Amino acid sequence: MVFLFYFLSAIMVISALLVVFSKSPINNVIYLIICFIAMAGHYILLNAQFLAVVHIIVYTGAIMVLFLFVIMLLNLNKAIIPQKSAAARILAVVTGGLFFLVLIAATRQTFVITPRYAFTSEIGLVANVGKTLFHEFLLPFEISSVLFISAMVGAVMFGKRDHSVGDD
Amino acid sequence: MNEITSAIQLIPLQHYIILSVTLFSIGMMGVLFRRNIIAILMCLELMFNSANLLLAAFSAYHSDPSGQVFVFFIMIVAAAEVAVGLSIVVMMKRNVESVDINLLNRLKW
Repeated sequence: MVFLFYFLSAIMVISALLVVFSKSPINNVIYLIICFIAMAGHYILLNAQFLAVVHIIVYTGAIMVLFLFVIMLLNLNKAIIPQKSAAARILAVVTGGLFFLVLIAATRQTFVITPRYAFTSEIGLVANVGKTLFHEFLLPFEISSVLFISAMVGAVMFGKRDHSVGDD
Repeated sequence: MNEITSAIQLIPLQHYIILSVTLFSIGMMGVLFRRNIIAILMCLELMFNSANLLLAAFSAYHSDPSGQVFVFFIMIVAAAEVAVGLSIVVMMKRNVESVDINLLNRLKW
């Protein structure tokens, strides 16, 4: 099972790097989907079965399809994708590497945590997550529905063609 | 089945921290690396997900489901963010005929 962890991590890191370095937007989306499926595997390893299913449905099923639709709608292809200059790209890689080193150094001596509750493998099941969600986090849950409505109204407002400027 | 549910007892928490730090750095590098606004949004998703993974890992190691509820809320916010962000991209493409963020550099100051 420990082997599975390293296998999924390798898939995730490699596909994340390919998201950054591959040029075509469709390839970016495909690699990101691979990365997200590997992450669902991680959730199952972490006993978060509910999150794994929600992650597949929300991310791979909704968000990435939205990305694909927008890429299709805008008719993007490799020829018109803008690229940064070579110096800026090298600087970006160096900055990312340095950031990685700083974060590793900051988290290297993480204290050993003492678990808050005794180990159970059932925390991620729908029954337990739902109980926590609707007991302790009921108000944020309701507020998030307001957030969704405002996001929907905002997206529709942005997407509407502005008729005052003139048609097309 | 039992092997999978008890797998986290064999993996140190440190490994999950290093994995999420790696993913977060890759996402940040991507934001600096690309000029295409859709690719930048994808790299933002990557950073979101590294934070999610860390929350889920801590929740599993503490055996406390609250962390997983947080991940659920982050997913909600990410879905709303992507819907609004992509509609902004569509509007930008319609108005300036490009997805190049350098055309929006007047927003800097």
